[in-house]
Amino acid sequence: MQSVLEPSAAAAGPSWRERLAQAVPFLVLAPSLAATLIYVFVFTGWTLYISLSNSSLLPTYKFIGLKPYADLWANTRWNIAYHNLFIFSAFYVVGAMAVGLLLAIVIDQRVRGEAIWRTIFLYPLAVSFVVTGTVWSWLYTPDTGIQLFVRSLGWSNFTFALTTDRNLALYAIVITGIWQSSGFAMALFLAGLRSVDQDIIKAAQIDGAGVFRIYARVILPTIAPIFLAVMVVLLQFAIKTFDLAIALTNGGPGIATTFPAIYVYDLMFQRGQIAQGAAAAIMILAALAVVLVPYSLWLVWRKRREGKNG
Amino acid sequence: MSALTVHNLRKSFGAVEVLKGIDLEARNGEFVALVGPSGCGKSTLLAMIAGLESVTSGEIRIGERLVNSVAPKDRDIAMVFQSYALYPTMTVRENMLFGMESRKVPRPEQEATLARVAALLQIEALLKRKPGQLSGGQRQRVAMGRALVRDPKLFLFDEPLSNLDAKLRVDMRTEIKKLHHRVGKTTVYVTHDQVEAMTLASRIAVMHQGSVQQFDEPQRIYDHPANMFVAGFMGSPAMNFIPAELTTEGGKPALTIKLADGETATLALFDNVASRATSKQVILGIRPEHLSRYDPEARAQKPGMVSLHAPVELVEPTGAETIAVMRLGDLEIVGRFDPDEAPSMGEEILLGVDMAHACLFDPATRQLI
Ligand SMILES: Nc1ncnc2c1ncn2[C@@H]1O[C@H](COP(=O)(O)OP(=O)(O)OP(=O)(O)O)[C@@H](O)[C@H]1O
Ligand SMILES: [Mg+2]
Repeated sequence: MQSVLEPSAAAAGPSWRERLAQAVPFLVLAPSLAATLIYVFVFTGWTLYISLSNSSLLPTYKFIGLKPYADLWANTRWNIAYHNLFIFSAFYVVGAMAVGLLLAIVIDQRVRGEAIWRTIFLYPLAVSFVVTGTVWSWLYTPDTGIQLFVRSLGWSNFTFALTTDRNLALYAIVITGIWQSSGFAMALFLAGLRSVDQDIIKAAQIDGAGVFRIYARVILPTIAPIFLAVMVVLLQFAIKTFDLAIALTNGGPGIATTFPAIYVYDLMFQRGQIAQGAAAAIMILAALAVVLVPYSLWLVWRKRREGKNG
Repeated sequence: MSALTVHNLRKSFGAVEVLKGIDLEARNGEFVALVGPSGCGKSTLLAMIAGLESVTSGEIRIGERLVNSVAPKDRDIAMVFQSYALYPTMTVRENMLFGMESRKVPRPEQEATLARVAALLQIEALLKRKPGQLSGGQRQRVAMGRALVRDPKLFLFDEPLSNLDAKLRVDMRTEIKKLHHRVGKTTVYVTHDQVEAMTLASRIAVMHQGSVQQFDEPQRIYDHPANMFVAGFMGSPAMNFIPAELTTEGGKPALTIKLADGETATLALFDNVASRATSKQVILGIRPEHLSRYDPEARAQKPGMVSLHAPVELVEPTGAETIAVMRLGDLEIVGRFDPDEAPSMGEEILLGVDMAHACLFDPATRQLI
């Protein structure tokens, strides 16, 4: 198509009208492009520089190398926070995807009142993390929540105190996070399941495959790209976990559920350790990059491969 | 013995009755084609035979077994879809093995069957590719391969060639015919292309608005269409329908048709159909190839030949033959001519009508008389 058009266009030379038409998208996009550039790259660069300076209460620009990073990693609280991030991300992402997929598959069986179920499961996403965290913290608190309720039913020895146990508090956040996000995963999976060509499923039925085999071998592999997309979105939700942990446990008990984002906030605005805070922020960025860079590369690779196959 | 029997089969989607009492049967090894215009229920019927749609009422038997509520996988059928429905994430090889794996066929047997079918369809070179990397024709072959690796009682095809370009379609049609000769499996083949049905099938079921209009051998359907729908649907260009009146000419039965300016023409009837007609008004059905330039010498060999004047309004040469549209009173009739004796535009042709091949229809019931 293009190769057909080009010679004549080249012969006549683009008129000012065509040039203008070509320039319009750039002109329209320019402000947001500039803003993105400044907010993302300039501020990231600035943070990176600050993380290598001796800033404390206020930013200063005296370069002192990697010392803030060394201080950061020498701190137990930071180590716990970073460790928590990985544990939380793994359980939260896998959990939300598993629950979301299960819900999607169940709803995909053409259940009655499908729209209602979809809305119910999607609803938590409309609630902010802070609200979710606050409500769930009431549920978790022994003398107001689930424990009180079950005891009032007669099981007077029942204990349910996830958030007050330093080994389990993290999982309380995981569970809450899964509650909040599995509807989102479900919506995407359901859209994926619905986009699968019905004939393929019929062909598999005739081929003698049972329901489980049809999902495992035919349907789910077809929507593999959706798995990846859901995973990436959930992972970056996970890495930014801040409000949920604050509202639910406020990093406690003790420092058991500290997350990097909480720690950054603390260092920067409570303790006046701006250099170390910036270093911690850069570490979060690194964790995000570990996820997003391979994903972007994969997307580019796939697009190129598809382009080749026509 | 019949491999497939469908008896008084009905299907409703909600209040809409899509199939209205279908009767059909396929003898062992037979190739049955289902033809009909879009939306007449062909795919629905096929899906019901496959078990992909539930039966509202009636019976489907495969062999002797009543299969109304048997799951698709237990019906011993294989199906080729219009969209091919290849598993997009699997290679051609995996696509073809999937069914056998599901049925727990022993490994060595799987490999042997795969090799045999791949050789039969000449797709050995494609086995490692994914469907996305195949051309339409190759996908079509793979879809057939996936059906052939099984040894089912019944093959079902749902418009397998409709996504191919014209040339490839003709080639694949020939191949399917050869394949059927070689494999000899009972086949039900859905198509809306009447040429495909004519060339492939040993019997054709012509469907319209959810019922079978006629179920017979191709040539009989062509020569003796049961009603005006079948007559008009089978054959291209379509049969000409000319309102006429039964009369007598010299003591023999004849037809009178209206020409322009109140003139009439009388055509001697060859057959004794006149005795079966219930009213004087009939509709004469004559196929384009039974119109020709009137040749008094040929008349001796073709006793049914009568002549008629008609102005030529349009000429469409297609190479092998020339289609001409002529005026007959208020009607346009289409004739099919040898290019050597084709009329030219504006010519007033003396038309020979081969009444030996004419069909008469009852205008009220639209059935063949
Ligand atoms: N799931 C459904 N719900 C309601 N109506 C349906 C459904 N499936 C098919 N129909 C209707 O049944 C009729 C027959 O459909 P079918 O697909 O069998 O037609 P077809 O003969 O295969 O046509 P085509 O040549 O276009 O494929 C159509 O009028 C269609 O609208
Ligand atoms: Mg169809």
